[in-house]
Amino acid sequence: MSMLVLREVEKSYGLRSFWGQGARLSVLRELSLELRKNEILGLVGESGCGKSTLARLALALEKPDRGEFYFLGRPYWRLSRQERRRLRPALQAVFQDPAASLNPRKRVEDLVTEPLKLLGVPRQEAREQAVEMLSLVGLEKELLPRFPHQLSGGQRQRVALARALITRPRVVVLDEPTSALDVSVQAQILELLLELQRRFSMSYLFISHDLPVVLYLSQRVAVMYLGEIVEEAPREVFLAGGRLHPYTEALLAAVPGKERPRRPLWGEPPSLLRRPSGCVFHPRCPEARDPCKEERPKLREIAPGHRVACHRR
Amino acid sequence: MEGVPLLRVEGLCLGLAGGPFLLKSVSFHLQVGEILGLVGESGCGKSLTGLSCLGLFPPGVIPLEGRVLFRDQDLLSLSTEERRRFRGRHLALIFQEPLSALNPVFTIGYQIEEVLLEHRGLRGKAAREETLRLLAEVRLPDPEVRYRNYPHELSGGMRQRAMIAMALAGEPEVLVADEPTTALDVTVQAQILELFKELRARRHLAFLFISHDLSVIQEVADRVAVMYAGEIVEEASREALFEEPLHPYTRGLLAAFPRLGVRRLEALPGQVPSPGRWPVGCRFAPRCPERKERCVKEHPELREVNPGRKVRCFRR
Repeated sequence: MSMLVLREVEKSYGLRSFWGQGARLSVLRELSLELRKNEILGLVGESGCGKSTLARLALALEKPDRGEFYFLGRPYWRLSRQERRRLRPALQAVFQDPAASLNPRKRVEDLVTEPLKLLGVPRQEAREQAVEMLSLVGLEKELLPRFPHQLSGGQRQRVALARALITRPRVVVLDEPTSALDVSVQAQILELLLELQRRFSMSYLFISHDLPVVLYLSQRVAVMYLGEIVEEAPREVFLAGGRLHPYTEALLAAVPGKERPRRPLWGEPPSLLRRPSGCVFHPRCPEARDPCKEERPKLREIAPGHRVACHRR
Repeated sequence: MEGVPLLRVEGLCLGLAGGPFLLKSVSFHLQVGEILGLVGESGCGKSLTGLSCLGLFPPGVIPLEGRVLFRDQDLLSLSTEERRRFRGRHLALIFQEPLSALNPVFTIGYQIEEVLLEHRGLRGKAAREETLRLLAEVRLPDPEVRYRNYPHELSGGMRQRAMIAMALAGEPEVLVADEPTTALDVTVQAQILELFKELRARRHLAFLFISHDLSVIQEVADRVAVMYAGEIVEEASREALFEEPLHPYTRGLLAAFPRLGVRRLEALPGQVPSPGRWPVGCRFAPRCPERKERCVKEHPELREVNPGRKVRCFRR
């Protein structure tokens, strides 16, 4: 069953220029993604590939220009405002920097109970649930009167998680949730995320630039490049050593660690303002041929569950 | 690579004026052409250690004890002006965010030529030629164009290359690189790491390479020092450290680090204590799975257990 579906969504933004209307920056192009029940779907890509825009669409914070967004099987943006409001608590988010996403003037108690208050839960009951939620994310209830700046980075991220989970969501979008944390704290939060996902049977859309972390946490992974998904496959496919999209191969080869024969990928991701024709990756692709420059490859299934957008695969 | 070390830090202690210690008895050395990785989590003192090697201290931070010797010259005994001249010529710094090192209102070419004039007395055509050569050496595409560019006109990776070119302009023998690739995308990071290896081979540059990223350290370093709560807790060759880590903290870090294809991470409980809250005994004791009574009471020394292999733990 699909929890969340983006079908051929497009999103572009108007750039303002000194002379008034500027060019339109097309960030996402005909992008399709499906998050299944009880699944952790990883989304990996480098800066500027559009993964945060995708997160905003998946969180229903923004409406796609074109295409459909289904949440729990329902066409979200075609529902009435009231129905949308009823669905909202089932869709939550955790962002990279809890110092920025948590209101610094609110105490932990208010931060965690706020989503319940919006649902009209009485104060005492909300407080009890907050205490329970805090213990589930590994925090003592003594922290309830504290402010975010009095917490460590790991504690803040746990508070953000408690706040997201207190409405018992079905889907949580995690946008770089551990990128600002130290290694030892990151491992604690990743463990916690896995444990909570199993306990509450939630689905995660886990967005990160860090391929090893994405492959650790996710069952399925989608690779994004310049606003498109270029490959999508079960976790094992990425680790099996078989042929992958040339960009995915380059990403894997760039993961630092042991000395290894490496073909460092030349150049840097081009800007969305100058999106290449044909395959978006062709200017940097070591295997590019003539058709790659002209014709945009479609995502095709080359093995069960393994889809790739490449003329050469 | 034996011989007289190029850089020696001996028993360095730093503190806040009237406040707690920030670094305690930090000692290590760096040979010609060697890459020493300094790894640890935030707040362990690795950046302060890096800055100290250049005789730099953030406001309020004062050196309390110890020496920083470049060849036989103690940097800490030099005047501010002498230190300034020493930097750039013998040691240079590159860090995470090139935008804070590059002046936004001058071109890349101008800023590199400034260093060439200051440290090597080059000006005019000679300076321009040397600048273009440096830009080509760090593999910045189209040096002639980049020479006239302002920092904001370059991408993140290109800025990092420009900063490296600027650091090389004084022909230093030691580069202190503080998280030099942390802000970059992985594919660009891979290119910059390749560049460091090239520079080391071509110029016999020595690096103090500071990072929180164990896999980056594993890729570039010859030797590694692990820092925890203001002190070095383990020092070893890269192979020894990654194959057989001795200190429980190093083991914990490695087990918590998400490598490609890892099935299970083991989280280290707790967090790094902040300066002023360091435990009396071993600073890692509160988080250590092997803790014994002695660890809580006494502070262990950094002992050499094998040649070149040091660890600060009673249990090894």
